[in-house]
Amino acid sequence: MPVTLNSVLQVLIFMVIILLLTKPVGLYLYKVFNGERTWLSPVLVPVERFFYRLSGISEEDEQKWTGYMVSVLIFSVVGMLLLYLLERTQQWQRTFFNPQGLPNVEPQLAFNTAASFTTNTNWQSYTGEQTMSYLTQMAGLAFHQFVSAAVGIALAVALVRGLARRSAQHLGSFWVDLVRCTLYILLPVCIVGALVFVSQGMIQNFNAYTVVHTLNGQTQTIAQGPVASMEIIKDLGTNGGGFFNVNAAHPFENPNALTGLLIILCEITLGAGLFYMFGKWVGNTRQGWVLWIVSAILFVIGVFIVIPAEQAGNPLLASAGANQVVNATQSGGNMEGKEVRFGITISSLQEVTTTATSTGTVMSFHDSYTPIGGLVLISNMALGEIIFGGVGAGLYSMLMFAIIGVFIAGLMVGRTPEYLGKKIERKEIMMAVLALLVSPLVILGFSSIAIALPAGQAGLTTGAGNLGPHGLSDILYAFTSTNANNGSAFAGLNGNNPFYNWTLGFAMLIGRFAEVIPLLALGGALVKKRVVPAGLGTFPTTGALWVALLIGVILIVGALTYFPAYSLGPIIEQLFMHAGKVF
Amino acid sequence: MKTFLTKYLRPAVVLTLILTIVTGFLYPGVVTGIAQLIFPYQANGSLVKASNGTVIGSDLIGQYWTKPGYFHGRPSVTVNPSTGTPEPYAADNSTASNSGPTNAAFIQTVQQRVAALKKENPNAPAGPVPVDLVTASASGLDPDISIAGAMYQVPRIASERGLSHDVVAKLVTDHETGRFLGIFGEPYVNVLDLNLALDACAALPSSC
Repeated sequence: MPVTLNSVLQVLIFMVIILLLTKPVGLYLYKVFNGERTWLSPVLVPVERFFYRLSGISEEDEQKWTGYMVSVLIFSVVGMLLLYLLERTQQWQRTFFNPQGLPNVEPQLAFNTAASFTTNTNWQSYTGEQTMSYLTQMAGLAFHQFVSAAVGIALAVALVRGLARRSAQHLGSFWVDLVRCTLYILLPVCIVGALVFVSQGMIQNFNAYTVVHTLNGQTQTIAQGPVASMEIIKDLGTNGGGFFNVNAAHPFENPNALTGLLIILCEITLGAGLFYMFGKWVGNTRQGWVLWIVSAILFVIGVFIVIPAEQAGNPLLASAGANQVVNATQSGGNMEGKEVRFGITISSLQEVTTTATSTGTVMSFHDSYTPIGGLVLISNMALGEIIFGGVGAGLYSMLMFAIIGVFIAGLMVGRTPEYLGKKIERKEIMMAVLALLVSPLVILGFSSIAIALPAGQAGLTTGAGNLGPHGLSDILYAFTSTNANNGSAFAGLNGNNPFYNWTLGFAMLIGRFAEVIPLLALGGALVKKRVVPAGLGTFPTTGALWVALLIGVILIVGALTYFPAYSLGPIIEQLFMHAGKVF
Repeated sequence: MKTFLTKYLRPAVVLTLILTIVTGFLYPGVVTGIAQLIFPYQANGSLVKASNGTVIGSDLIGQYWTKPGYFHGRPSVTVNPSTGTPEPYAADNSTASNSGPTNAAFIQTVQQRVAALKKENPNAPAGPVPVDLVTASASGLDPDISIAGAMYQVPRIASERGLSHDVVAKLVTDHETGRFLGIFGEPYVNVLDLNLALDACAALPSSC
């Protein structure tokens, strides 16, 4: 049996911590977005009011779905331009903010990165420590890590208002939701969290890179920078864009098992709390817990596919003469692209979390995972990142599936479907299906183009040279990750060239905003509806039957869409690997 | 048009600027200030100094050990950022191999690493070698090796340094870092710490 008792224990304790955090976090979120008093209010209310006065908005001035949508779009465009500008002016940021004198970022890479961080994707076609100045990292990239997370949460809150309010027009004020999320939720956790991270060895400075002379007689240049302050928001906001090229595998970005564990907790906690907030808001916490349970089941299944696959290791490494067997003195397993301090369990738990939650932080390299391990990671993203999900995005995507779910249940019993007392009619289904259909179109469409064109294939040969079925996986993964706004990579694909910078950039923008518009339209349609009392024919959306139905819908929609592509990528590669075939 | 300017553009521009100041300058500035005050050692990279005061590395960043008298770290596939040529443990250009599990060149590389490792360690136990010693780490800067990876090198170190097998093996177990709370992560040995202790031990054998 390739799963050790210690592995099970690490995962189990992790799940219990999430479970315990869900309710308090959810309640706090509920209070913040309803404008209720919290313990931070005495300090933050005056700050908040000052911000509103400067921007000329009124707290009470709520928006219809169209106003909310326009606000999100304009705010995103402004932020994206600002980031582009910072990247393109690096050579004038010397010396405090750019002690290494890094040059301006190339236009197409600057576009790709601006799209990436604005959409909460954090796909990185660059090596952070060799490309981005300290100013770009903290005022450009980390700023977006705050606000793109706040935008995601605001969108979910708007949809929840649509479900909870009756016969109304407004979904709240985007500006107020944005400011409150940043000030009351993200910043306080980040200040405390960043300092905890530093105490464990994460760096936080503006020094030039340190040159050291080793005992072995070489010189080594060690990168520095304001890392901890970025690390915490990168995880809490399910962003994932690391300070360094190797992200949270870098010892300065993730020095030990405690920081590793805290990072994974940050990635998942707000998403879990949002489910509770939703239940509380619609007046029945069981409605939220049921979505939590669906997530938890899919999460644990994923973890216990990846851990055994990685622990069993790669038979090709075994025949090359490597000992992958776990014992008291080594974690063993498939250690290519993994760090010793994390071993198999924390690495696997982290990579399942990062793909389930739309984060994209990595502590180990997905491209080197066994094909089955990699299949779970890509599937987590392709399913729409509803397994706790990205901050906000997880909840709203899960609610889309819930609406499809009640629709299918309604078809089976022949009645008009209802969700939370609201009749789900033609417009709602259209919007939910529209949001769901964009992803396969982008992922499979762009992947096909990339495979057909020499420029797309060149990404494989100029990268790590992963050919055969794994090459297909590399390309599929890139478009899945960018479309899902995840940002992790099968990084053997060289994406820093015009073809991929442009196509992946557009995949990110479409992935974010083609979902946002139908989502807010759905909220706008729902908010106007009256609530009809539950009758005999109402399908209950709280019990075990609903859990099973929802999981079924999620898996069937996902499997039917992507199975043909996966069977030519990771699935056949797993068979080849066991047959000893290499490419 | 006026509505667009006041209701959308002004709040978008003003909030972008305010939040940039707050999250992009004040927040990292405050965190840096406090971190430098309370945790200066960690915040500046856990730099290790020799007795004469020169910086010999970071406790957290792996180094490229090649001398047979030192414990060696894991394979690293980092490259020099200026020349693009292979330079293991280039700590200003972290990278993983990103080799897929059925990549022919990767499997061949592992076979070569196994052969080289066995040649360097003729007195090590025969049979398969610890996997972490022949696979590239995620960061290219992994400062640690597994206990098995350190023990595998003990016979070589003992004969190179003229120390007994038991003394060197005890150094390894003394420098083992266990799991966090006995549960999370994996046990490991920090190679720099171990080699510093080894130097001290070789200089004054009675001390170990």
